[in-house]
Amino acid sequence: MSDLVIEAHGLRKQFGAKTAVDDLSLAVRRGEVFGFLGPNGAGKTTSIKMLLGLVAPTSGSATLLGAPIGDRMVRARLGFLPEHFRFQDWLTGRELLQLHARLLGRSPRDLGSRIEALLARVDLLDAANRPLRTYSKGMTQRVGLAQALLGEPEIVFLDEPTSGLDPLGRLLVRDVIHDLRERGTTVFLNSHLLGEVEATCSRVAFVKAGRTVHELSLGEEDGKVEVAIRAGALPDDVRAAIAQCGRIVDGAAEAAAEQIRVVVDDEERVPEIARAIVGRGIPLYEMKVARKSLEAWFLDVMGDEGRPG
Amino acid sequence: MKRTGGGLSTVAHLTLHEALRRRILLGALIAGGAFLVLYGLGLAAMVNNLGGPDATLLERRVALNMLTLAGLYAANLLVVLMAVLLPVDTLSGEIASGVMQTLAVRPIRRRDIVLGKWLGHWVVLVGYLALLFGGVLALSAVIGRFTPPRIEVGLPLVLLEATVILTISIAGGTRLGTITNGMLAFGLFGMAFIANWVEQIGTGLGNTAAQHIGTIVSLIMPSEALWQMAASQMQPPIIRELGNSPFSPFSVASPAMVWWAGGYVVVVLAIGLRAFGRRAL
Repeated sequence: MSDLVIEAHGLRKQFGAKTAVDDLSLAVRRGEVFGFLGPNGAGKTTSIKMLLGLVAPTSGSATLLGAPIGDRMVRARLGFLPEHFRFQDWLTGRELLQLHARLLGRSPRDLGSRIEALLARVDLLDAANRPLRTYSKGMTQRVGLAQALLGEPEIVFLDEPTSGLDPLGRLLVRDVIHDLRERGTTVFLNSHLLGEVEATCSRVAFVKAGRTVHELSLGEEDGKVEVAIRAGALPDDVRAAIAQCGRIVDGAAEAAAEQIRVVVDDEERVPEIARAIVGRGIPLYEMKVARKSLEAWFLDVMGDEGRPG
Repeated sequence: MKRTGGGLSTVAHLTLHEALRRRILLGALIAGGAFLVLYGLGLAAMVNNLGGPDATLLERRVALNMLTLAGLYAANLLVVLMAVLLPVDTLSGEIASGVMQTLAVRPIRRRDIVLGKWLGHWVVLVGYLALLFGGVLALSAVIGRFTPPRIEVGLPLVLLEATVILTISIAGGTRLGTITNGMLAFGLFGMAFIANWVEQIGTGLGNTAAQHIGTIVSLIMPSEALWQMAASQMQPPIIRELGNSPFSPFSVASPAMVWWAGGYVVVVLAIGLRAFGRRAL
């Protein structure tokens, strides 16, 4: 069986003249906590909806757990908390979970102890017999999280799962995601809260104007140093020498100067890179060393368009 | 053990549960109850001098039949109202609010969501119809000692009429917003109502163009034609032939209309299923 639980190739969604998702290609491995990052309107929610079969792609294809998107049997193995979490508000919290047990093809009695455990997990046991219309926004989002986890899904899609939560609620979600990760459940997390993503995700993809523009493994980059270099044109042998010091993640040739970014394991590598460039008589205009936060990555990848105008 | 065939019954059950908990049914029951009380009081007040002080038995029966049909007509309007309003936002509202998303990602077929909602609302509608029509007939039987003929034919026709309207309201909700959908369902009902009068008057005056308009509109929207068929069944032939009341139409659709209406329900529902199956949620 393939290690990839989500694979998407060139997914595109057009709503009339508007392109919501342009060209989405993704591969998510089993057990990953995958962060899907991007500014508002980048197409994150539409992407999730296409993967879940709620929205049919205009073109492109994708598989979830090996089956084409929308497959009914596979949907029994997924959990989903939508961005705009709204439920049948005349049901009580416990009844909502019982309803979803039935929708999963299970009897509420079968899943009775799981329902109680989840209500306790999201701290709603006291409110379980109250109708959802009396719930606060945070409580509704928490019962939605319980609903998403009910069928012990193999992949959980969480679309902005902390948007309605206070700091304690956010910690709870972080804990829940941590538990899921421990158990090997794949989590697909849509968020623009970078701190949250940094704390929970193993890998992130940046999406901009409906395209994935950059992918990053968070664990891998931890503790590493990134060096941004602006220098004259770099011949191949100098590039090779730099590549021995670290990993070149990005290099853009300009007319007069070249900008590259190198990720190195420790700072001792920095002077080595400088020597490799200066030693060949290549002008070195700028060399910046930084431990890069996800926020820095985000701003970098999104460019000025990612910032509010 | 997992089973995934229960989507339809789960949604139907959910729909019934919702109808019982929401205020709309309570409102409809209060309106229906008030109507029955008024009908009973009115009937009781009139029953002893129906058709004038020296009316014959036949005249009394004619008057009682008229009154009962008037009661059934009012009940019919309440049922029509219920058939439009009860399910008018069940799909459009849940799509707009996002409630539909968590339902539709579960391992159930989209068509089972629509069929389940249709079935759940239909059961409520049958109950409401039984309550109102049963109430009018019971009051006529107890107070006026009168029961119209062939109610076993008339009532299923009224149910078919209500089913047509319910189906339009549900199928419209797969594509249209709540208000547009309600306007469409009531608009069609109103159009059929007017067209039927055009047809009746045209038939009375021997105007074939007016008759044709009525017939064509009845095919587009069979609700009023079904009510007229039901009303003409639930009166003795002699009164029907006199044709002197709003419930004794000059022109009644042929029995083929029942088949047409049955097919109409199936086709409209199929269009709704198709639209819902394709739309972005």
